[in-house]
Amino acid sequence: MPEIAKLEHDVLVIGAGGAGLRAAIAAAAAGVKVGLITKSLLGKAHTVMAEGGMAAAMANVDDRDSWKVHFADTMRGGQYLNNWRMAELHAKESPDRVRELEAWGALFDRTKDGGILQRNFGGHRYPRLAHVGDRTGLEMIRTLQDHGVHQGIDVHMEHTVCTLLKDGDRVCGALSYDRQKGEFKLFHAKAIVLATGGVGRAFKITSNSWEYTGDGQALAYHAGAELMDMEFVQFHPTGMVWPPSVKGILVTEGVRGEGGVLRNKDGKRFMFDDIPDNYKNQTADSPEEGWRYVLGDKSARRPPELLTRDHVARCIQREVREGRGSPHGGVFLDIAWIKEKIPNAAEHIKKKLPSMYHQFMALADIDITKVPMEVGPTTHYIMGGVRVDGDSQMTSVPGLFAAGEVAAGLHGANRLGGNSLSDLVVFGKRAGDFAAEFAKKQGAGKINQAEVDEHIRKAMAPLERGSSAESPYAVQAKLQDTMQDLVGIVRREGEMQKALEVIGDLKKRAVNAGVGGGRVYNPGWHTCIDLANLLTVSEAIAKAALDRKESRGGHFRDDYPDKSTDGGTYNSIIKKGPDGAMQLQRRPLTPMPEELKQIIEDQKK
Amino acid sequence: MSKVTFRIWRGDSGQGEFKDYTTEVTEGMVVLDAMHQIQAENAQDLAIRWNCKAGKCGSCSAEINGMPKLMCMTQIKQLPAENPITVEPMRAFPHMRDLVSDVSWNFEVKKKIKGFSPKKADRPDGTWTMAQSDIDRPQEFRKCIECFLCQDVCHVLRDHHKHDEFIGPRFFVYSAALEMNPIDEGDRLADLKNQQGLGYCNITKCCTKVCPEHIHITDNAIIPLKERIVDEYYDPIKMVANFLFKRGKK
Repeated sequence: MPEIAKLEHDVLVIGAGGAGLRAAIAAAAAGVKVGLITKSLLGKAHTVMAEGGMAAAMANVDDRDSWKVHFADTMRGGQYLNNWRMAELHAKESPDRVRELEAWGALFDRTKDGGILQRNFGGHRYPRLAHVGDRTGLEMIRTLQDHGVHQGIDVHMEHTVCTLLKDGDRVCGALSYDRQKGEFKLFHAKAIVLATGGVGRAFKITSNSWEYTGDGQALAYHAGAELMDMEFVQFHPTGMVWPPSVKGILVTEGVRGEGGVLRNKDGKRFMFDDIPDNYKNQTADSPEEGWRYVLGDKSARRPPELLTRDHVARCIQREVREGRGSPHGGVFLDIAWIKEKIPNAAEHIKKKLPSMYHQFMALADIDITKVPMEVGPTTHYIMGGVRVDGDSQMTSVPGLFAAGEVAAGLHGANRLGGNSLSDLVVFGKRAGDFAAEFAKKQGAGKINQAEVDEHIRKAMAPLERGSSAESPYAVQAKLQDTMQDLVGIVRREGEMQKALEVIGDLKKRAVNAGVGGGRVYNPGWHTCIDLANLLTVSEAIAKAALDRKESRGGHFRDDYPDKSTDGGTYNSIIKKGPDGAMQLQRRPLTPMPEELKQIIEDQKK
Repeated sequence: MSKVTFRIWRGDSGQGEFKDYTTEVTEGMVVLDAMHQIQAENAQDLAIRWNCKAGKCGSCSAEINGMPKLMCMTQIKQLPAENPITVEPMRAFPHMRDLVSDVSWNFEVKKKIKGFSPKKADRPDGTWTMAQSDIDRPQEFRKCIECFLCQDVCHVLRDHHKHDEFIGPRFFVYSAALEMNPIDEGDRLADLKNQQGLGYCNITKCCTKVCPEHIHITDNAIIPLKERIVDEYYDPIKMVANFLFKRGKK
């Protein structure tokens, strides 16, 4: 057994994107000893890829906005399966989190009178997204990183956590390995915050970075925590579709927020054809009204391109399926057309959407100020995740917290764009605060050394099997194809049953996978370990999706295309059974307080 | 479709050699795609650092045909057709394994730079009034994705190894972003002059040339910082005033 380093922290944060960094800053501010583990280098987390902005009802651009409107928009977007307490806290606290970022050095784009500018986005009634061009996520992570480096947080870069350790019911530590050197490390901690992000790498076409292998969900699940609503996976309507090597890379919703329109191969603006009833009285009747909305005319309603992501993704899917798609299997997203409306349109587009301009020029030889982009749906986000308490973010395992994409609840069945960056900081802060409070009340738990040794043996096994064993890359590719084809945007019972069979088979193959080389910076070995997590979350997604016999939000069943009456009354809960098998139950929603119900009613008008 | 040969640096801690790998290249493929394909086909343990594959995280920095570039933003068809394409790690930092360098020095440097310190908020909600035109310049600097290609190409680090007394272009840009932030009240000029080696930069503009975010590192960040230092420390009137003021204090 290799010698392993032992480290002591009060609060250990796993993941260093927006939520993890904010949690670490909060815990450090509470005066406890904080460790922060990141799978990559600091500042490279998937948060850097968030483009459009962070939603916060500051009412800087439209004074009709308020936390109540934001709350109602979020609940409606999530088809009312959201944890209403989280939606309430999020709507109330996100403006403070934006202001705090400015106080820590973030430079948001400005209004004419010098305040923080806000832009339009899908599902948000008023312009609500504080932003920096189309690189808001980078601004957020850099601000948190630069602020965080002076807070006395111990950062452990390029580490992967293999398992969480428990003392009785509560968590007491984690075992990790240093990807750079291959050495194992034992982290002793009184409280642990999971902030590991999502699961996008379970699918073939995704906007997510390689790190999104469901680590936090799988770690929590194996530690006995509950996963909730795993069937709700968001397919962002606009990913790049051409050339093949860039398929899936995100094209920000900001393009539509700035006036970009969707057209099929006949040049028809198809989004006007299908406007859901619950959005009818807030959606423009004509292209002319939609354009006035983009310009900020308060009497105009938003264009149909700014309907929720699940709806836009399905409309695009329909155009492609019915033979009206673009040459490479998507549709056209056109921002260049605004040159008919404003002078200096090309300069305006470059200023508002610099990353998109750069991305299409460099990767597809397309000048978006002159010609339309080709776009199609891409796996982007998981609304489900680890079930947490709405106030404290603690999971059902004492001492284990979760925040950001890894946690479930805020977004219900479908997330509104811009609500994820605000989610990260609102609930990252809460998780950090409550984890520190929990840690202060606890003694250190006891670590079981035999258990640690067993996990090290398990982690080392792929290296012992060597390169003649099953390739982890082959198993991963097969899993991604299976999830994409059988548990993707459009789902059917038989296909998902088939997917579960394939996942069962891949689990057997994965435990026999092996790699050559040593422990030092060996991506093949890392893939073997990530793979186990991907398989766990894929099984959870497929199981939950099979059980939900209706279509709602990000979950679309071809065999049950409508919402069912009881579908809006429960969350899907997944837990590891005593026999080690995955168990699923439907749990009724917690009743909403009258005053919140009233807010939703008032906002329907 | 065509076969392309990549000459990839393989080895540990500075010891290593180039090895050739041939793989099938399809339309639009970038160098990072080829590295992944080679990894899946016949070099499972080939060490590559990458994250987003969209030019936004700055993880996959390497030297391609001798030029510092992001692997994810370098289309294979834009490289000279004659084979092979060489891919090697950034050479201004200690080598770790294969294409991965140890860039931890950069993270240590940042800790030593004085952080953001804002003046008192001027709006009742705790924010500040800033005109867009006042923040265009620092916003340009904040586009930096910390790929460290500018550090890699800078001769002061790469050839003269002045890592102890020179913070490099990335951190001049970072310092400039703070110094030119309209609400920051910190003063980093003395540190830049005395400890961080701004004077070593002799404006060869190599850093600007390799920046994947097209930040005008030399013209917009480094030269203005140099000018501010000249104004602050070498302006004859100020020099006399400083001299008298300090004497008076004693």
